[in-house]
Amino acid sequence: MSTAVRQHTAARTDRRPATMGQALRRALRDALADDPAVHVLGEDVGTLGGVFRVTDGLTAEFGADRCADTPLAEAGILGTAVGMAMYGLRPVVEMQFDAFAYPGFEQLVSHVSRMRNRTRGRLPMPLTVRIPYGGGIGGVEHHSDSSEAYYLATPGLHVVTPATVADSYGLLRAAIASDDPVVFLEPKRLYWSKADWDPEEPDAVPGIGKAVVRRRGSSATLITYGPSVPVCLEAAEAAREDGAEGWDLEVVDLRTLSPFDEETVAASVRRTGRAVVVHESPGFAGPGGEIAARITERCFHHLEAPVLRVAGFDIPYPPPMLERHHLPGVDRVLDAVARLQWESGFTSGRDGAEGRGGGAL
Amino acid sequence: MTVLEQPGTYTPAPPPSWRPRTEAAPLLPEAEPYRVLGTRTAEREGDTGPDADLLRRLYAAVVRGRRFNEQATALTRQGRLAVYPSSRGQEACQVAAALALRAEDWLFPSYRDTLAAVARGLDPVEVLSLLRGDWHHGYDSPGTRVAPLCTPLATQLPHAVGLAHAARLKGDEVAALALVGDGGTSEGDFHEALNFAAVWQAPAVFLVQNNGFAISVPLAKQTAAPSLAHKAVGYGVPGRLVDGNDAVAVHEVLAEALERARSGGGPTLVEAVTYRLEAHTNADDATRYRADGEVEAWRAHDPVTLLERELRDRGLLDEETVREAEAAAERQAAELRERMHQDPQPDPMELFAHVYAEPTPQLREQAAQLRAELAAEQEAAAARPAGNPAAGEETR
Ligand SMILES: Cc1ncc(C[n+]2csc(CCOP(=O)(O)OP(=O)(O)O)c2C)c(N)n1
Repeated sequence: MSTAVRQHTAARTDRRPATMGQALRRALRDALADDPAVHVLGEDVGTLGGVFRVTDGLTAEFGADRCADTPLAEAGILGTAVGMAMYGLRPVVEMQFDAFAYPGFEQLVSHVSRMRNRTRGRLPMPLTVRIPYGGGIGGVEHHSDSSEAYYLATPGLHVVTPATVADSYGLLRAAIASDDPVVFLEPKRLYWSKADWDPEEPDAVPGIGKAVVRRRGSSATLITYGPSVPVCLEAAEAAREDGAEGWDLEVVDLRTLSPFDEETVAASVRRTGRAVVVHESPGFAGPGGEIAARITERCFHHLEAPVLRVAGFDIPYPPPMLERHHLPGVDRVLDAVARLQWESGFTSGRDGAEGRGGGAL
Repeated sequence: MTVLEQPGTYTPAPPPSWRPRTEAAPLLPEAEPYRVLGTRTAEREGDTGPDADLLRRLYAAVVRGRRFNEQATALTRQGRLAVYPSSRGQEACQVAAALALRAEDWLFPSYRDTLAAVARGLDPVEVLSLLRGDWHHGYDSPGTRVAPLCTPLATQLPHAVGLAHAARLKGDEVAALALVGDGGTSEGDFHEALNFAAVWQAPAVFLVQNNGFAISVPLAKQTAAPSLAHKAVGYGVPGRLVDGNDAVAVHEVLAEALERARSGGGPTLVEAVTYRLEAHTNADDATRYRADGEVEAWRAHDPVTLLERELRDRGLLDEETVREAEAAAERQAAELRERMHQDPQPDPMELFAHVYAEPTPQLREQAAQLRAELAAEQEAAAARPAGNPAAGEETR
């Protein structure tokens, strides 16, 4: 299991360790309490509290109309949520696992994402689709897909994926409050990651669309999101300790894949001159390709090396006994960082933000 | 240990909870499509027949619908509509659907149901926006309570269920009527919508217009069920089979189903048996998949004629009334013709206006790019010598 992401706010006495799952549940609870238009629906979200227990206790507190077990039908869940939104409700639907959202894909791309556009803004779709995603939990087939590229390729959807306990709460509240549909990807192997967090005073998380620099560094930027954030932070620590000439890596957590915070990413890469995009989903036609292209367009003259990608292999998600070979881990990230030297004889940190350090070609 | 290994706990029949909630019999549809028009003397002796006012309203709307289909088809030939799926032959279903709704109910039409939207009182030009191609959708959906004409088959059905469910949760007496074709009943969304509606007892009514074909594919290749209305039984929903060319019968069945829905009685699946007299759309060649004889047989069962005959039999139709209905239909067609001959001027910048509530940084950049391109186009047009407006520009 990955290390918990360090919270960068100072620990306070009223803070207690909370898991990402608990923060998500709290966000749902508070949204239901604050706005009677919010309705939670999905498979097993009622009595059971969802297979990951994220909706635990919501039916008991708000009734079976506000947190409803639905028939087992993803297109039905998303399709009825469209109608509910048309009548002024704000549905928050749960898809049980990443690969089980696919039967609902048609409703998502043909209607959820387009209804505002089609009706010239008269029928906004304020609905949130929560999807536990990604691997690393030893799930059997269809329980570990990273499907973000599909959603990113669909104009009209926002795609959000938190990596910390505080962000889980803040971003889910923002998603539910959004007047646009949000695909909210929950990195399922971080559900149990803990951090000190005070639910009465949730950290101020900027709304959808803002990336954050999780770790400052000067020699290269790791651009990542969701389950790969802790991996990259660990890699950054390891790189620094790796001998006297270690790398000082900056880590950018995108938090929101769409809209994409180009400014934060470009500012970071201009400072460091090198970038690696890290994600779990297959690399071919994956988010990394898009991000690398944008960095090249925006930062070409600042780049000391090509933008590299560390991604899952271009294979159907492997069986549990082999998944560790597929998932980008610390070593693979460090290998990529080493390749950033790009025959340049690059040694250590850079001399100044705009400087062209280290004997580049 | 399995159940069989536990002495005394094994029962040969499943416990009572395994039984269906509802007996199948009351859910089963009619053996023959339900009809009203032309049945009065034979089977409904002493019956005064359908309400005269309703008959007249249905008649006027069906005549107007027929003329609308002709006019819209003509507009495709003049290049004014990109495509038009005619509902000639199905006017009774569409008109009855619209007239069975109350103001506060919602209608969920498919691409072929322009007539239902127009009969509900919507502006015909706005209804034709999708088919003309100036925008995907042209009328005010929340204001008119008519959902956008839906193109992906059966996907509007779960929307209707969700809306009906939401209305019920809010305590509003609102029903949703969703229209779908016979081909659409094979789609997964049809199943999911019916099942959701049944489980939630949502005030939703489903009207299948079985017009015999899904483009070229006949009903027999779509289903092996005795009728499409039979599908209701498996969901625990009543199925009704009705003659779709009999406007009064369709109206009666729908009005009853909608009333049941509004008063908490749950959903109904109605199959209206009708026929598409023209090709799937103006772009389709129906002679490749059906015989003239079949079409002629259905012409003899024309929805306009059926109503006309009933009205005449009852002494409710004189030449004056016929002329009036036709004149009203002609006025609508003429207005449609005139307005459709004006070139729409869609604003290209609107492409970016409604993707999100707030455009993303990427969309803002792209909008700026298009704005610059449009400005350059305008500048070039202004610089062209007068008298040669098309010089250097492709004709559109
Ligand atoms: C999901 C989907 N698949 C395919 C099509 C292409 N298509 C348009 S109309 C049609 C036939 C539909 O037949 P039916 O449901 O009987 O309705 P009708 O056209 O007869 O009114 C098909 C296959 C579509 N619109 N949506």
